[in-house]
Amino acid sequence: MSIDTATAAKVAKLARIRVEEDRLPALAEEFNTILGFIEQLGEVDVDNVEPMTSVTPQRLKRREDVVTDGNQQSAVLANAPDAREGFFAVPKVVE
Amino acid sequence: MLDLTFEPPKPKVISGAKQDWELVIGMEVHAQVSTRAKLFSGASTQFGAEPNSNVAFVDAGMPGMLPVINEECVAQAVRTGLGLKAEINLMSAFDRKNYFYPDLPQGYQISQLYHPIVGEGEVLVELGTDKDGTHRARRVRIERIHLEQDAGKSIHDMDPAMSFVDLNRTGVALMEIVSRPDIRSPEEAAAYIAKLRQIMLYLGTCDGNMQNGNLRADVNVSICQPGQYEKYMETQDFSHLGTRCEIKNMNSMRFIQQAIMVEAERQIRIVEGGGQVEQETRLYDPDKGETRSMRSKEEAHDYRYFPDPDLLPLEIEQAWVDDIAAGLPELPDAKKARFMGDFGLADYDASVLTADLASAAYFEEVAKGRDGKTAANWVINELFGRLNRDEKSITDSPVSPAQLGGIIDLIAKGDISGKIAKDLFEIVYTEGGDPAQIVEERGMKQVTDTGAIEKAVDEIIAANPAQVEKAKENPKLAGWFVGQVMKATGGKANPKAVNEIVAKKLAG
Repeated sequence: MSIDTATAAKVAKLARIRVEEDRLPALAEEFNTILGFIEQLGEVDVDNVEPMTSVTPQRLKRREDVVTDGNQQSAVLANAPDAREGFFAVPKVVE
Repeated sequence: MLDLTFEPPKPKVISGAKQDWELVIGMEVHAQVSTRAKLFSGASTQFGAEPNSNVAFVDAGMPGMLPVINEECVAQAVRTGLGLKAEINLMSAFDRKNYFYPDLPQGYQISQLYHPIVGEGEVLVELGTDKDGTHRARRVRIERIHLEQDAGKSIHDMDPAMSFVDLNRTGVALMEIVSRPDIRSPEEAAAYIAKLRQIMLYLGTCDGNMQNGNLRADVNVSICQPGQYEKYMETQDFSHLGTRCEIKNMNSMRFIQQAIMVEAERQIRIVEGGGQVEQETRLYDPDKGETRSMRSKEEAHDYRYFPDPDLLPLEIEQAWVDDIAAGLPELPDAKKARFMGDFGLADYDASVLTADLASAAYFEEVAKGRDGKTAANWVINELFGRLNRDEKSITDSPVSPAQLGGIIDLIAKGDISGKIAKDLFEIVYTEGGDPAQIVEERGMKQVTDTGAIEKAVDEIIAANPAQVEKAKENPKLAGWFVGQVMKATGGKANPKAVNEIVAKKLAG
């Protein structure tokens, strides 16, 4: 698998991380190194091996259907750069 | 044995400028799961709360917060799956669907792409009866149901430069119910949603409130030449069908039907003009009556799904599923069949009475120990008609099943005529009270005493000698005398007895 600069640019855009044009080749190269490392796993034969989903046998933890949280509007909005009338206020996103 | 056989309806055919086209429709219905708390947090799902008050830090996507699944959401999805006769997957898993939007603070939606909790099922969509008596219905195949988180709500019209975001809805559990492309007309699309809604209301798994967005649909529309769909059904090979476009996020039956037609016509124009339909996501604009591409979103929507590392696979036990199955209520199809079988109701009446649980329960109480057809008649024609006029629902009915049953009993005993019964119904509806007592107190009892009727007839005849002469020549005029007698007795005389006596006296 080989990542070119266009793919690196797309991944950066999807992740909303700005990468200057001249940094893209190095970024693509880094991706390739990481993926090359990971690809070694492909050499292992895992036919008929169930995926291990946890180190110790565990069952997905469940919650009861009870309201135990919420009513903390000011805490939820505390870090918002802008909040008005109880809402997060963000630059207009309508199309 | 009940005759529940049916034929599939004919697909909608649209005439293009050059040839005829058929519609092919598949739907993804998003149904909000009825629970108190959200899918992965303990915040409330209550609609209409103060903005951002039903938000846990998990929902707000705060660092270090971990999702813990609400078991009731799982049970509700299983219940819905069972209601759609679907396969329940004892092992399912959650994946992250990654995208950025201000109302999705996690930066991903937790969904089930690879291993949904519910597999293949089906819905029987009924489409009425033709003039020749043929029942029309279609079995729409369900591909899957998966559990996922809802997003928050963005409000764009409160400020010219800003959008306002409310996360109350963020993280509320949704079931996405995905159909196969088995729907063939706008009417079927609406009927399909109506049927899903009805089943979920029976099951108590979704409140079906479309206005609040608790039930909404993405509709996949494509067109094909006549004959192509049959080839697809034979082979399940999509290449026989046209390229589909997905119309996103609609929560009105009327708009869904309009959007399907508008989109189909757009595709026909493209194809007949020698172009190609591009697979894309579109929005319906009801004001302009057109669908619009959401291309800008499309590009961003490379979701990079991967298994959510915060959540182990969801394993459930067959015994637990069996318990849920054992607790399922009687579903609409079964109830309707029983009403037709046990009470001798016609298909249409049975459909009306089983449309919702409250109506069905009301009817059953009225029909208990009485004639089913009469009970159905009174509930549908008199009660529903009256409630409709007042824009009331069956749950606000001022007339209880016992009261309506009482009225029906009085007719059956011959105490009141059908006409008086309607007056009595109106009194009970507006004033309340025990029907038998009202009849007694207000002297509404039918006069079956032939002596009294004869006396009334004699009086009318004596007072109208000219009419009597005419009636002797033309027996049809007897009706006038019957009318006069009924009027004189305040409608209480037994109409059959009056007819007989009038005929006899005029002849004599």
